[in-house]
Amino acid sequence: MANDPIHQFQIQKIFPIEVGGMDFSFTNSSLFMVLTVAATSAFLIFSTSGRGLVPTRLQSVSEMAYEFVAGTLRSAAGTEGMRFFPLVFSLFMFVLVANLFGMFPYFFTITSHIIVTFALAMLVILTVIFYGFMRHGMKFLKLFVPSGVPGALIPLVTLIEIISFLSRPISLSVRLFANMLAGHITLKVFSGFIVSLSAMGAVGIFGSILPLGMTVALTALEFLVAFLQAYVFTVLTCMYLNDAIHPSH
Amino acid sequence: MASQNQSTTEGTHASIEVPASEQGSNFPPFDSTTFASQLLWLAITFAVFYWIIKNVAVPRISGILEDRKDRIAGDLAEANRLKEETDAAIAAYEQALADARNKAHGIAEETRSKLKAENETRREKAEVELGKKLEEAEAHIAGIKTEALSQIGDIAGETTSALVEQLIGKAPTKTDLTKALKSAMN
Repeated sequence: MANDPIHQFQIQKIFPIEVGGMDFSFTNSSLFMVLTVAATSAFLIFSTSGRGLVPTRLQSVSEMAYEFVAGTLRSAAGTEGMRFFPLVFSLFMFVLVANLFGMFPYFFTITSHIIVTFALAMLVILTVIFYGFMRHGMKFLKLFVPSGVPGALIPLVTLIEIISFLSRPISLSVRLFANMLAGHITLKVFSGFIVSLSAMGAVGIFGSILPLGMTVALTALEFLVAFLQAYVFTVLTCMYLNDAIHPSH
Repeated sequence: MASQNQSTTEGTHASIEVPASEQGSNFPPFDSTTFASQLLWLAITFAVFYWIIKNVAVPRISGILEDRKDRIAGDLAEANRLKEETDAAIAAYEQALADARNKAHGIAEETRSKLKAENETRREKAEVELGKKLEEAEAHIAGIKTEALSQIGDIAGETTSALVEQLIGKAPTKTDLTKALKSAMN
């Protein structure tokens, strides 16, 4: 059981709740969603409670996160895109903290479930579609017809644009999900080797140094991935939102 | 090994784990029976999170950053103002310095010309006095000279009469002597 790399992704009920035959139980996944939200909100609120002109260390962390996301959004979607800042900032902080929480041993990684990342991706895409139509009406469809394309090619290019648009939520969600899943499985497999090898006596203990080093290196890599995937998710969100604001490209 | 592990997992956890996993996928992320619960709780937690971010965190942090920006801009403006003040003070000082220098120059010039004029008058006065003294001296010398010259005739007459007396044994007459002297001296 300890060696099973898939076990860490099991969803376990904490408070079973069932409504109309649907299972809405409060699970370990729900628990970590609550923890992620609580920890992030608490950090953002308490670190800035001093409202210091000269920030404390914690306050400057919050400010850095804010300015980092604000800079990303502004460079991708312009000043107009800043209306989506609360959404983008929430997404970035939620995914980042969820990913980093996953790095604690025995913690559940909520972003390692495709349904969670897909829901977040759909939230982004639906925001893009709703805002795009609300703001530009039918002109939003220009998104699929790039200007300056020869007439004969328009049907083909439009088809490609539509397919690429439809694949966005999939690529956005699968990228995050797969990275977290694969990273955690790899970590678990290598750390499992240490245990299995150590059980084989003196030679095994000596041999287990190799997977140990690997685990240490992978842990560092996973921290990088945890941040990087949150960033990639945010950057792509910003780019998609830019499409909603400026559909003709 | 993997299958063995999976079977052990199922064996140990069958009682406490989601019973639905028997009808869903063995791979937890693809187990659709857990989707409803995950979606519901994600919606709840993310909605709360979004509300907190939008209404508390973002206004607060942007307020802090705004305050800081304003403060820095204000401080820069104040520094600029002070710098301008300093520049003005420096300019005033230089102006005063230049004025004082000009004034000092004027005073020096005035004093110099005054002294020069004074010297000039004194020199002229001295020159006039000297000229007068010179004239007096010259007149005196001329007096002495004429006196001496008038006496030369007498001396020459006496000397001549003595010489003639010695040569011819008899003194010449006064008239002859005077006539002879006159022709010799002219």
